[in-house]
Amino acid sequence: MKLPTLREVGTEAKLLLIGIPVFIWTMIPIYHMFLFAISPKEDAFSGKLWPEHPTLHNFSIVFHQQHYFLRDFWIQFWNSTVIALAAGALTLFVATAAAFSISRLRVPGGRAVMNLALFTYFIPAAFLAVPMYRTMGNYGLLNNHWSLILAMVTIASPYAIWVLKQASDKLPVELDEAATMDGATTLQLFRLVYVPLMMPSLVAVGTYAILLAWNEYLYAFLLLSKDTDITLPVALGNFLAADDSPWELLMTTGFIYALPPAAVYYAFKRYMVGGLTAGAVKS
Amino acid sequence: MAATLTSSDALPSPPLSARLTPPQVWGIVLLAPYLLVFLAFVVYPVCYGLWLARQPASYVALYHDPIFARAAVNTLIFLVIGINIKMLIALFLSGFFAQQRPWIRWLSVIFILPWAVPSIPTILSVRFMLNPEWGVVNQLIFKFTGDDGPNWLNDPAVALAMAIGVHIWKSLPFWTLILLTGRLAISHDLYEASDVDGANWWQKFRYITWPSMQTLYITCTLLSMIWTLGDFNSVYLLTGGGPADLTHVLSTLGIRYLRLDQLSLAMASIVCAMPFVLPLVYFMMKRLSR
Repeated sequence: MKLPTLREVGTEAKLLLIGIPVFIWTMIPIYHMFLFAISPKEDAFSGKLWPEHPTLHNFSIVFHQQHYFLRDFWIQFWNSTVIALAAGALTLFVATAAAFSISRLRVPGGRAVMNLALFTYFIPAAFLAVPMYRTMGNYGLLNNHWSLILAMVTIASPYAIWVLKQASDKLPVELDEAATMDGATTLQLFRLVYVPLMMPSLVAVGTYAILLAWNEYLYAFLLLSKDTDITLPVALGNFLAADDSPWELLMTTGFIYALPPAAVYYAFKRYMVGGLTAGAVKS
Repeated sequence: MAATLTSSDALPSPPLSARLTPPQVWGIVLLAPYLLVFLAFVVYPVCYGLWLARQPASYVALYHDPIFARAAVNTLIFLVIGINIKMLIALFLSGFFAQQRPWIRWLSVIFILPWAVPSIPTILSVRFMLNPEWGVVNQLIFKFTGDDGPNWLNDPAVALAMAIGVHIWKSLPFWTLILLTGRLAISHDLYEASDVDGANWWQKFRYITWPSMQTLYITCTLLSMIWTLGDFNSVYLLTGGGPADLTHVLSTLGIRYLRLDQLSLAMASIVCAMPFVLPLVYFMMKRLSR
């Protein structure tokens, strides 16, 4: 085995000098949260790197809803899940149909619609929130889960359409021609040719919309207010309003809330990274 | 048979005749769901919002509201200083992550965590760390120096800096990843040739890396600026706009007016940001719709 030269050791040391701070910077808020989640109440504030008596007791309190702030934990978890899945499914439907129509069927005016969608993508979401809140009020949808689902579909679909259109532009036209020659109707073309070929992009877009809806705080907190209607992030925000809020339980709930999207992200990373990096910025 | 022939003719090229073929009818049907969503939840709210912001009195009131002026300045600081620092770090780190080492590949998996987890729990975690009495930061300061640490979030300048820090923590991985893909697209031969010529790292960056990445870098910076205008969470959940409403940015200010039932002010404050936003949006659309 060859011994590393001094120069190689130096390079490695320089890389470590960057890598270690990056690791610490990334992990501190997450580790702090994790530490609170596994610490008994007395230990949580000691400032130690590892609690003396690590415990899962906090998780048990959360799962059994044994605290005033947590009395609706499961129903809020359920709300988050339903809203995320519904927004994901609807976005997928709306965006796939639109992308197919614009890219494959070349519908007249498709390009204009694409540009309008892109425009929406660039409106800062917090700016649209103010008029959206009043609009939902006018539609009589406030405090209804549909308001949040539809708002999420509105925000997720422009990017979804754009990614899907980019991907479907790459499919050869000959496929459609061949299928039509064989007598396929437009719907069959969509169902039997287009959707199967677009699967990787559809997975990426669906995941994107689900994560977006699961993570959304601002719209959820504006549009929903009843304790049994709100989603988990809003419940976490409400914790904060009280002076006597139990930090260790808040951090435990936050940790539980953060796990599913992190798991989904890593599970679909392959699709996400390709879609996101190719999609977000084209140079 | 005739029908299938015409439809296959119409597929590759945009139609010239006004008569609609079956695929085009389907095209309109399939485009309709998005158009409905767009009309109901983008066009109507935007028009309604502009209508609410029509009175000049709202702008006069904004002009006389010191919180608005402060929020505008804060937003500028957030964008001009915060985003540029973030993008410079991302540019630097993309070079770091481009190194081929197993441990760096592992680190990149961990590094993406802030982007993969929702922002609310982690922002609250930071908020607890900075709590003046119980937070771990001041506990450590007390342990090592015997002094009480500062009341971090009670000083508007520090609180805003912390909000910018939280924003950077959250979105740095995303932009690093984007710039990394740009960097990896550069041909390796160029670097090998420059090694032969004896170029140092700065010359490599200056004459190889930067020229091929500058368009991407500038696009990313502008895009990040637009999106950061809508970053409500970093400020709202960390400082709540406080102390004394001194750390608001435009996105939290709009919501503050909304909560105070001053809807016309909320919309007016957003309209005031448009002269800045629209050129950026126009530029980005030109780039992406090619």
